[in-house]
Amino acid sequence: MLNISDIIETIEMINKEHLDIRTVTMGISLTDCADQDIEVSRVKVYEKIARAAERLVPVCESIETKYGIPIINKRVSVTPVATLAGASGGDPELYAQTLDEAAGRVGINFIGGYSSLVHKGISEWDRRLIESIPCALADTERVCSSVNIGSTRAGINMDAVKLMGGVIRRTAELTKDRECIGAAKLVVFCNAVEDNPFMAGAFHGAGEPDVVINVGVSGPGVVASALSRIGDDADMTEVADEIKRIAFKVTRMGQLVGAEASTELGVPFGIVDISLAPTPAVGDSVARILEEIGVERVGGCGTTAALAMLNDAVKKGGVMASSHVGGLSGAFIPVSEDRGMKTAVADGILTIEKLEAMTAVCSVGLDMLVIPGETPEDVISAIIADEAAIGMVNGKTTAVRLIPAIGRKVGDCLEFGGLLGSGPVMAVSGISPARLIARGGRIPAPISSLKN
Amino acid sequence: MRAVITVIGKDMVGILANVSAGCADANANIIEVTQSVLREFFCMVMLIDASDMNVSIRDLEEKLRGRADGMEIHVMHEDIFNSMHRV
Repeated sequence: MLNISDIIETIEMINKEHLDIRTVTMGISLTDCADQDIEVSRVKVYEKIARAAERLVPVCESIETKYGIPIINKRVSVTPVATLAGASGGDPELYAQTLDEAAGRVGINFIGGYSSLVHKGISEWDRRLIESIPCALADTERVCSSVNIGSTRAGINMDAVKLMGGVIRRTAELTKDRECIGAAKLVVFCNAVEDNPFMAGAFHGAGEPDVVINVGVSGPGVVASALSRIGDDADMTEVADEIKRIAFKVTRMGQLVGAEASTELGVPFGIVDISLAPTPAVGDSVARILEEIGVERVGGCGTTAALAMLNDAVKKGGVMASSHVGGLSGAFIPVSEDRGMKTAVADGILTIEKLEAMTAVCSVGLDMLVIPGETPEDVISAIIADEAAIGMVNGKTTAVRLIPAIGRKVGDCLEFGGLLGSGPVMAVSGISPARLIARGGRIPAPISSLKN
Repeated sequence: MRAVITVIGKDMVGILANVSAGCADANANIIEVTQSVLREFFCMVMLIDASDMNVSIRDLEEKLRGRADGMEIHVMHEDIFNSMHRV
């Protein structure tokens, strides 16, 4: 018989501490849909997604019922669309419409992969796709987009960085009557991963199987509750051990659900992404964990150290619990989606500069930051370049998801609703990086010895 | 397939009888029962064989909640606990 306290613990985690499976994401390769005729290619794309993901939502719902675990999102990621657009020619935005229609048909809320990988250079088709992103995100509901502009091996493509400053701004402008929501569906990466199940940055990489199931778990609320129980007498080693124990249990649940979904759908199981993904719900906050560890408010001195320990302990606990761990795997710090982060920003305690430092020790980057609408394009590009540099030098994934709040300024707020939450407009340095950004070219890949 | 029923709430007469009767109606065989009363709180864990049930796990949960008013009742597949708490 199972231990009664273990059973109660699981039930409390799910019912009171917001433990859930954040996403079951089906990765689908579209390389076999490429055709010289864009209309033929679109039909193939629609049919492949409709066929492969037809049972995704019902199977996930049956797993929810069977195990009593909420699966919050069911999603699809596809091969970066720039690849298809290169083969077919034509207006790449047509593919966005196809993806949106296919996503609607299979009943998912987001589909990722309106993407381009340009870390070393931009082909004509990559450029066309990138330039089409603002319209594609404004005209569709479910499509998410990402662009990889740098990597540890290739360096940073500053031409792409420059381009993305404008793309992010235009995306926000085209959706300014909808709280600039378009920009919340666009991620700029350095060292993008091929098996990320989390939106908006998910795409199906070239090294992946034809179809695959990846699972993202969550659980900041569970970790925060556990830490509040162990109290202030526990030293940091004990705190780290407690986090590892929780991460292990949470990841086991992800492994169970992923394996079950994979068997039921008849597709291979890829990875469990052991990220701590916060939600706007009270208590389901990474900021609250850092505050439980002992920083009075997130953003204060000690935040980076606490976050480094948290991020590492989550990985250590999760790795043994799953046969394959991958994706982004770490603690997310999306400002608008995390109540504790959001209030710290609103109170002026957490700044972009501190967030940037925090991203050096955790997954993933400057995520869901609302910046003043008047922020110049070259400043947006420079924020991307700074964040990409952290990823490039540290050999980790970093991402930027900025939402320029068109027509608003510091002190205002954007209300996205749902899991995206709401974000106060943050102050951005007014010092001009115009000459830096205007240079273009590439930042050479960093040396991997002489580490200091 | 086995499932775990947990019943938590204020101790009162007939909880075990009501939940057991609900299981019998659903054609679920009770394999094991553990219960304890911590202060005034009643806590019962019941392991059932759910393979030949005439209702789904979710429906059984609803029916049991109807039978034991005011109690917190969950019915979950056994594997969730095994995977989370056993290495």
